[in-house]
Amino acid sequence: MLRIPCPHCGLRDEIEFRYRGDATRARPAAGAGLPAYTAYVFDRDNPLGWHVEWWLHVAGCRRLLKVVRHTATHEIAAVLAPQDPLRLPPQEGS
Amino acid sequence: MPGPRRIGGGLLTSGGEPVNFRFDGRAFQGLAGDTLASALLACGVRVLGRSFKYHRPRGALTCGPEEPCALVDVISGDAREPNRPATTLALHEGLVAESQNRRPSLRFDLLAVNDLLGRFLPAGFYYKTFMSPAWAWERLYEPLIRRAAGLGRLAARVDEHGTPAETVHDHCDVLVVGAGAAGLSAAARLGAGGLRVLLAEADTVLGGGTLLSERWDPWREERVASLAGFATLRVLPRTTVLGAYGHGVYGLLERLAEPQRERFGGLTERLRIVRTRRVLLATGALERPVAFPGNDRPGVMLAGAALAYLRRYGVAVGERPAFFVNSDEAYESAFALHAAGVRCAALVDVRRTSPAAERARALGIPVHAGCVIARVFGRGGVRAVTVAARDGGRHVRVAADALLVSGGFTPVTALATQLGARLAWRGAIAAFVSELTGAAGATAGAARGVFGLAAAAGDGARAAALVAAQLGVTLPPDVSPAPPQDAAQGPLEALWEVPGRGKAFVDLQNDVTADDVRLARREGYEHLEHMKRYTTHGMATDQGKSGGLLGAAVLAAARDVPIEEVGQLRPRPYYEPVPFAALAGPEVRGHYRPKRRLPLHEWHESAGATFINAGLWLRPLVYGGAGWEPVLAEARAVRVGVGLTDVSSLGKIDVQGRGAAAFLDFVYANTFSTLPVGRARYGIMLREDGMLFDDGTTSRLAPEHFLITTTTANAAAVLEHLEFHREAHARHLEVAFTDVGDQWAQFALAGPRSREVASAVVTEPDLSNGAFPFMAAAAATIAGVSGRLFRISFSGELAYELAVPARQARSVWAALLAAGESCGLRPYGLDALNTLRIEKGHVTAAELNGNTSARDLGFERMLKKDGDFIGRALSERPALLGPGRLQLVGVRPVDRTRRLRNGMQLVVRAAPTTSLGYVTSCTPSVQLEGWVGLALLADGRSRLGTRVLGSSLIHGELEELEIVSPHFIDPENQRVRS
Repeated sequence: MLRIPCPHCGLRDEIEFRYRGDATRARPAAGAGLPAYTAYVFDRDNPLGWHVEWWLHVAGCRRLLKVVRHTATHEIAAVLAPQDPLRLPPQEGS
Repeated sequence: MPGPRRIGGGLLTSGGEPVNFRFDGRAFQGLAGDTLASALLACGVRVLGRSFKYHRPRGALTCGPEEPCALVDVISGDAREPNRPATTLALHEGLVAESQNRRPSLRFDLLAVNDLLGRFLPAGFYYKTFMSPAWAWERLYEPLIRRAAGLGRLAARVDEHGTPAETVHDHCDVLVVGAGAAGLSAAARLGAGGLRVLLAEADTVLGGGTLLSERWDPWREERVASLAGFATLRVLPRTTVLGAYGHGVYGLLERLAEPQRERFGGLTERLRIVRTRRVLLATGALERPVAFPGNDRPGVMLAGAALAYLRRYGVAVGERPAFFVNSDEAYESAFALHAAGVRCAALVDVRRTSPAAERARALGIPVHAGCVIARVFGRGGVRAVTVAARDGGRHVRVAADALLVSGGFTPVTALATQLGARLAWRGAIAAFVSELTGAAGATAGAARGVFGLAAAAGDGARAAALVAAQLGVTLPPDVSPAPPQDAAQGPLEALWEVPGRGKAFVDLQNDVTADDVRLARREGYEHLEHMKRYTTHGMATDQGKSGGLLGAAVLAAARDVPIEEVGQLRPRPYYEPVPFAALAGPEVRGHYRPKRRLPLHEWHESAGATFINAGLWLRPLVYGGAGWEPVLAEARAVRVGVGLTDVSSLGKIDVQGRGAAAFLDFVYANTFSTLPVGRARYGIMLREDGMLFDDGTTSRLAPEHFLITTTTANAAAVLEHLEFHREAHARHLEVAFTDVGDQWAQFALAGPRSREVASAVVTEPDLSNGAFPFMAAAAATIAGVSGRLFRISFSGELAYELAVPARQARSVWAALLAAGESCGLRPYGLDALNTLRIEKGHVTAAELNGNTSARDLGFERMLKKDGDFIGRALSERPALLGPGRLQLVGVRPVDRTRRLRNGMQLVVRAAPTTSLGYVTSCTPSVQLEGWVGLALLADGRSRLGTRVLGSSLIHGELEELEIVSPHFIDPENQRVRS
């Protein structure tokens, strides 16, 4: 079970959050066309290593968080606000 | 003292009262402090079960929770708990236990023929044999195999209150797992540093390996006593750490002792979920067997287990035991039994020489150095063994009634590997060790290969200092007494298998032999994890605890590679069998999930409502009576007069801000920025993949203030959807949401006479059609209460929805009932509501099922032409625009006396098993003759006026249906505007 350090509420269990998907993808501009939207909604990498995800703290502050999580160790390197720029730690072995 | 084999007091049974119990229908007597296994062994009972596949008689291999064979069912009343190891099952007065997997009795087992057929039942036998015909697997083979194989049985029924169990959440700085020399010493050091410590020990008593040596009694007693002096330290005996779940979360199972059970109202187990900053693994090492023919016969036991039965329970497991060992540690058992007056028949050591062998010879124990056990005689229990020289030649038959085996000690690495620690091979102990590093915690003692009790105690103190330092705590000087010194030990010689004829088991629980492992390898299952799945080695409750490394070593030898290349099976949680009741805890039956009650719940109850779960809500389904008649009477009242229903469970979200209108345009497929203040509009929301997500009405209460309603089922999901998209994609808009679902009670007043009733209670606004037309929304005074009024309709009739603060619900509801009395107003439930909306062709969760698009349900004109909105791009996917989509239609049986069924498949006679769609909702109609239904049908709109067949294979029904518009009543929408 993940324990996510919410910047607003403190260290909380995963069960309080709702996973909202891959935060490395930016929503294409209106009118960007079907291929851009198809890629945005359906195409996903499956990285071994650091990944950035959306987590919504539904049983807490109800704020959206950008969580930098290691997909193999589940280590959480950072919990950011939605507007914060992506800061992926260096991927080992890549 | 009960039992002929009881030769001494025993640490746990000394002074214990006699305890009566039954095993397989026979009465026995043991002592308080015994386990079922120790009591039976004391009584000379050696066969405790039949094996999984071959139904071979089996005894206890071990004296602890790692027991692979002696699993029993515990019976109390109607309840039956399977797979309890007899080796840890505490004896209590009146205990009833049964052996497993024998038919009809332990002594005489019909399926023991499997053993003779063993050469025809190798690993993978089921996969190869029970292949065809395909139908036979489900109907014939699987039931047969399930009856023949398997472990315990579950109770056919559970008593009314079930087995009480509870869940406890614990928090600490350091969780110390295991209270042997390393764990005791570590916990005491951490406690001295003022850290919050939980010390979990699976055993009923603390001490681990120190319990097996009298020399260690003073040290252990002092350390255990010292723990009581630390206010921040708690000891949890009888508590197994089941698994590691990451981020410092661990699952623990505490089995309550008999006196505690009474104190806690019959509670048997407590599941503890521990959140800790660090873990200190002092899980020790387990003795492992050796694979040789007959190594599973009752009476073959691990050497350390025999020592444990003697020290803990005063039980000698044999009168003339033989030993088969490869290390000096294993001699301790022989020395202890010898000192207790038990004559040792032979001590077979694979090594040519060792200091311990010299000591044994000096005591007069017959040592056979450089020898192995080649054969075991005695099917129901060991009678004799054959000792053979390793270099061949000499064979001696030795009479013995027990064979005590030691193949070395394997560190317990289950939790460490679950935490991601890597395994490293240590030749000196012929085993893998694991070392926890980093933020998770540390490993101490035998678990990391530090053997010897004094060494382990020292290592525990070292690990404690390390963990304390990580937590920023410096421990005070160690003032504990020095432990006894470890004796010098000769080196171990790795020994995995003695080749020979007959079954040599590597996994006694799953009946996997060394030959099975080699067969798996020959058939291409070279990887350890593949071999595991092919042979079932290390599966079930065992998870390779006793024989896991043995199987890996046999595989390594077969592949002719070093064992480091093969590795060790990764044990999964749980470390021991866990009753489902313990996992469920108190969340059973009525407490399985929370209940949400409407503000008027008590009124609905008193009016005779039947309730139905809608999400977590309890909603009134119908008032009074079963069957369709009361439902249709309620619905008819709405069509001809007036009805009142409670729609408070609809989601209500208050949306405010300068960007509110623009944001609603972004999340809804239709436009809200053009909605005038004081008006409501129906809206549909899409998911980003273009499919329909939810629908509802949104009212504009002020230029920057909207109230949106959602379906009951999606209320929480819609709020999350709004929050996510605002923060992720619309941060430039100033908009805020508040869930006001619980604050407002809302009632629908529907029917041609609803204006009459509404006018009697609503003093403001004016309800005339001109002043308050269809889709009007306004603040209102309702029965003297400030609320809101909406002229919206789900039933298709003239209707109002009245919203008042939840605490005023009763008085307003009562005023409406009173005002409606003269008009014949009738409360109606969810079933009547459903009948009304199906007739009107309104969709709900059955049609908004995640697979439908706006176009499928006929909403294409609502999709706005300009501007961005969630789901816009992908709602124009070619697949959603092309032919063949399931479209919403209405269906009616051609024969009006026949009924429809939800889920009925739509087919044509030429292809009766090719589904063209299905019925989503149906009801008897109050407006039309017979049944009406909504359906999703391939290219449905182009089939209007044609006929299809509705097929329900479950009910054996095949009906001819006509395809019609989904709007069965008032397609011009006149009534709602009247």
